[in-house]
Amino acid sequence: MNLMTVIIVVIYMGATAMLGYVGYRQTKTAADYLIAGRQAHPVVMALSYGSTFISTAAIIGFGGVAANFGMGLMWLVFFNIFVGIFLAFVVFGGRTRRIGHHLNAHTFPELLGKRYNSRFLHLFTALVIFFFMPLYAMAVMKGGAAFLAATFQITPQFALYIFALIVVAYVIPGGIKGVMLTDALQGGIMLVGMIVLFVWTYAALGGVTAAHQALTDMGGQVPPSLTAMGHQGWTSMPKFGFAAAGAPAAEAHQYDLWWVMMSTLILGVGIGVLAQPQLIVRFMTVQSQQSLNRAVIIGGVFIFFMVGVTYAVGSLSNVYFAQKEKISCKIIDEKVLMDPGEKGDAKLTVLAADATDEVKKRAKTFVAYRLPGENDNQALHYVLKTPAMKVVKGENGAPDTLQPGLIAIARTIDNVTTMKGNVDKIIPIYVGSALPKWFEVVFLLTLLAAAMSTLSSQFHAIGTSIGRDVYEEITGRAGRTVLVTKLGIVLGLIMALVLGSMAGDSVIAVATAIFFGLCAASFLPVYIAGLFWRRPGPRAAIASIVAGFAVNTFWMVFINAKEAAGVGLCLALTGKPTLVPATWSATWNVVDPLVVALPAAALTLVVWALIDKPMDPAYAEYVFGGAKPKNG
Amino acid sequence: MLGIQDKWVFLGYALSVASTLLCIVYGIATWNRGAEPMRQEDVTWAQEEKEDEE
Repeated sequence: MNLMTVIIVVIYMGATAMLGYVGYRQTKTAADYLIAGRQAHPVVMALSYGSTFISTAAIIGFGGVAANFGMGLMWLVFFNIFVGIFLAFVVFGGRTRRIGHHLNAHTFPELLGKRYNSRFLHLFTALVIFFFMPLYAMAVMKGGAAFLAATFQITPQFALYIFALIVVAYVIPGGIKGVMLTDALQGGIMLVGMIVLFVWTYAALGGVTAAHQALTDMGGQVPPSLTAMGHQGWTSMPKFGFAAAGAPAAEAHQYDLWWVMMSTLILGVGIGVLAQPQLIVRFMTVQSQQSLNRAVIIGGVFIFFMVGVTYAVGSLSNVYFAQKEKISCKIIDEKVLMDPGEKGDAKLTVLAADATDEVKKRAKTFVAYRLPGENDNQALHYVLKTPAMKVVKGENGAPDTLQPGLIAIARTIDNVTTMKGNVDKIIPIYVGSALPKWFEVVFLLTLLAAAMSTLSSQFHAIGTSIGRDVYEEITGRAGRTVLVTKLGIVLGLIMALVLGSMAGDSVIAVATAIFFGLCAASFLPVYIAGLFWRRPGPRAAIASIVAGFAVNTFWMVFINAKEAAGVGLCLALTGKPTLVPATWSATWNVVDPLVVALPAAALTLVVWALIDKPMDPAYAEYVFGGAKPKNG
Repeated sequence: MLGIQDKWVFLGYALSVASTLLCIVYGIATWNRGAEPMRQEDVTWAQEEKEDEE
């Protein structure tokens, strides 16, 4: 990565800051359009919404997951467009705006609190956002950091700190928040970057049908660890079913992948988008339903190119890595032995000179190389050596050529991963290897844009949840709201950084899905009922949100094996990894919390609303457009 | 189907394209629908939002 890249990035960051500044001076936030009684251009509105929706978590995290799990993830593209754009804009957007303005609500917790006339609901929602949104912010920062780390050859931890600095510089002063033109610029950059990635990848692999066929033909190369979970090839859905209770180990986990893909990733993110606080407040900034109707066009196209391209290219990267990748380099050592640990799951380490025979026997062989332009002081690159690898030594000073012949996930295995690899590194390695150098810069800007537009909204939501929602609601004063909001942002950033430092590999998509699922289970029933049903009052809403949150959290901490292991509380309290009894189906361990918590929350709301007395008619009338009751 | 082995994956791919087309067609068909007059509450909301931004 040369000086030119750094200069282009600095120019871009400067342009973003300038647009933010100009935006403030020339009154171009969404609120300004409203005050002036004008519509923000639908393209600007759509790009602004889309760039907040789609982040590095989707491009890097879910792109990597698509490379590992396959094109079944295209179902998430459908959900993202149909639910995240069409239903959100056409069904929910207009009503959110109308009720939000009528109740003068400016944040999502405030909207729920005022809709149900409940202080508890207001505070509870704000605290859930404050404590859990840093998990999502961590995923976004990790996504950007993964690419920075791969591109600039720095450690992922250092790259994470760089992202934290970006947040400090751009988000805390509030310079880019709400400035439509900045968001639109970022959305535009993202669109260009992803279209180039789309065209380049399909062209390089011989066109749409040829590329997909090549991926289909690679079905035999799916690693045994994925086959055991139900992977049936990258252009097939995983095996669907529910394991019989007490089934032997070989059969117990054969449906795991389907449940992870469908219940956690596709359902969690696909439906959870409707209950994202930072997206819901965007609807309040539009001028009319007409603005939303018009913005649907660009919104749909934008999301198609963002996630559609990411998941298709992610999956197809397997074809590139296995069949096309040629690394022009200087091979330093063709037989570097690395130890994967006694159980084969430890971080790989280069073998010491005095390694025992036992360690040597289990060691894996890697090839160490340097790319052109890299000097002897820079860290070596490592790639796993298999029988599929081809090495062509350069003659007369010409560079050597390395054809690893690996599938995507195996290509990520090196001296900082375990033998499982790291899905979060797949897209960065693919872009660095398959696309021309100039695109690396375009893609870096694409990711910076994707990260900054989302992070600014996330941290704004985190900050206002403490400032406007908790501080003002509890003290009844607004005197120090700005200070408390900024303090909230700093605390949120620290939480995100701590989580990022603790999190292991392949964490981005899962962390995103956990947050989206939690939002859906806790907020979605009360949000939807709040917009369309007059009957539910504060008690029904509180019961629903608490039930959704509690069931989701319990399932996450004690039932879902992967999430329970990540939290560690179940093991600490009970000595068991999960509370699912051995006599039950092992598939329960991979059912996402959302599958149980969302119906629980919805049912609680409906039943409670029907058996309890309806919302005070005068207040309900006020919510849906009437005058404010005197005692309300 | 376009080199994709499983009809369910193809359906996901096809629905992604179809939902994008739906967005385009719906947006064009309703281009002039849904206009709403600005009310005082909209302006009040926007003014308070502006104060919060600053």
